[in-house]
Amino acid sequence: MITWLATLGRAGLASAARLGRANLLMLAMWGGLPAMLRRPRLLLDQMFSVGVLTVLIIAVSGVFVGMVLGLQGYYILSRFGAEATLGVMVAASLVRELGPVVTALLFAGRAGSALAAEIGLMKSTEQLSGLEMMAVNPQHRVLTPRLVAGILSMPLLAAMFTTLGVYGGWFVGVGLLGVDDGTYWAQMQSQIDWHEDVLNGVIKSVVFGVVCTWIAIFQGYDCVPTSEGVSRATTRTVVHSSLAVLGLDFVLTALMFN
Amino acid sequence: MSPNPATTDILVRIRGLRFNRGSKVIFDGVDLDIPRGGVTAIMGPSGTGKTTLLKLIGGQLRPDAGTIEVDGLNVHALSTRDLYRLRIRMGMLFQSGALLTDLSVFDNVAYPLREHTRLNPSMIRKLVLLKLEAVGLRGAHHLMPAQLSGGMARRVAMARAIALDPMMIMYDEPFTGQDPISMGVLVRLIRRLNDAADISSIVVSHDVKETLSIADLAYVISDGRVIEAGSPHKLNASENPSTRQFIDGLPDGPVAFHYGAPALDADLFEDAP
Repeated sequence: MITWLATLGRAGLASAARLGRANLLMLAMWGGLPAMLRRPRLLLDQMFSVGVLTVLIIAVSGVFVGMVLGLQGYYILSRFGAEATLGVMVAASLVRELGPVVTALLFAGRAGSALAAEIGLMKSTEQLSGLEMMAVNPQHRVLTPRLVAGILSMPLLAAMFTTLGVYGGWFVGVGLLGVDDGTYWAQMQSQIDWHEDVLNGVIKSVVFGVVCTWIAIFQGYDCVPTSEGVSRATTRTVVHSSLAVLGLDFVLTALMFN
Repeated sequence: MSPNPATTDILVRIRGLRFNRGSKVIFDGVDLDIPRGGVTAIMGPSGTGKTTLLKLIGGQLRPDAGTIEVDGLNVHALSTRDLYRLRIRMGMLFQSGALLTDLSVFDNVAYPLREHTRLNPSMIRKLVLLKLEAVGLRGAHHLMPAQLSGGMARRVAMARAIALDPMMIMYDEPFTGQDPISMGVLVRLIRRLNDAADISSIVVSHDVKETLSIADLAYVISDGRVIEAGSPHKLNASENPSTRQFIDGLPDGPVAFHYGAPALDADLFEDAP
């Protein structure tokens, strides 16, 4: 019993220490913001690898999720003769929930794991130590641009996912199942609220951007510098990010939509 | 940041250094002086903390007790800004080379110049090519680190380490895993760069023959302490059993062949857990 308690206590202390290190790292990264703004090229390079290289999976997923929503929505709504509201259902689902959440989950799988692996490998091959010994702060030079790129990329990717999803729903609903084109768009235009729906969705995706990128960077930076350590960091990035996104989504939804 | 005149002949002064990793004692009261202008070798069996010592000198690790002065400055009492200023005057060659894998050879060597100087691109190009020429790799400036052999990667790292004309360079196991030709090249380069650029070199290694062939002064570290110090000639003539075992490469001695374990028969006939 005592051993069990001691193990539990050690695990608790280790988790608290890790959380503390993660917070200190976040503070240190924000400290690198002025230096990064003086060299925007660093940010642009990371926007490419974090954001642009994630576009394909986001675009393809967005279209298919929208198509599935169109299909499922049509069959359910048509039972009540309400297929005219298909556009609202597709758009509201995407703007409020699926856009930010699925984008964040895909982002964690594609960009987050890549970030953690890259930073972990830089650590294990002493590149970060090398930067320190060249009098270059690796937290500012390597991590800050990646953090900002992740935060900026997420809402843009979520917007792309949502837009393509709406078109995916339109393709199935209007193109294949015969819903009226004008009704699809008009219902969406009249029922989707800028503040209630769109802005809240954007806020969610920004929060998810901060959390997913922070987790990925911390896991890479804090990993044990071995192949096993990097592998664990990559796995943890995806698992922790996914859980954090789903948990935060519930909290944010509860706060935003009462 | 000005050097202390009282320490001008000694570049690195270590006094009473204690450092632990968890419960393991790495250094237990190490005193060590590294003079200016020469090649100082720090040798010892694997796991004695040679690389740790370089990280302590560079301020990447903090000692539990004791002081480390570099050019008269107490490394661990410096502010971050002053520590970074000091590091600009220190070069370090890591065991893996630590080249930035997303940059070409040219950009790796240019990196510290771009970070710490306001030289125009034309001047940076000339300096980079000269540094690469010094290590014999001017023709490889367009290659990526993945295209280099281990020896070439270390020579590029050397060129990067001397890019800002530092007062000292620390070499962490520069000869490990090298073929005889690469090893010979690296040995000669370390000595030549030291003499031509009038810098001080600290070579951490367990390659006895190569290291002693270029060292002016050598320290042997074992069990957290300096067990022998002096010229290579003095070390070769040493009768200290630990030094002799290390220099002659004897499998058994003060550093036991067997890692601590219970008696073999007790271990063999014990029931499996």
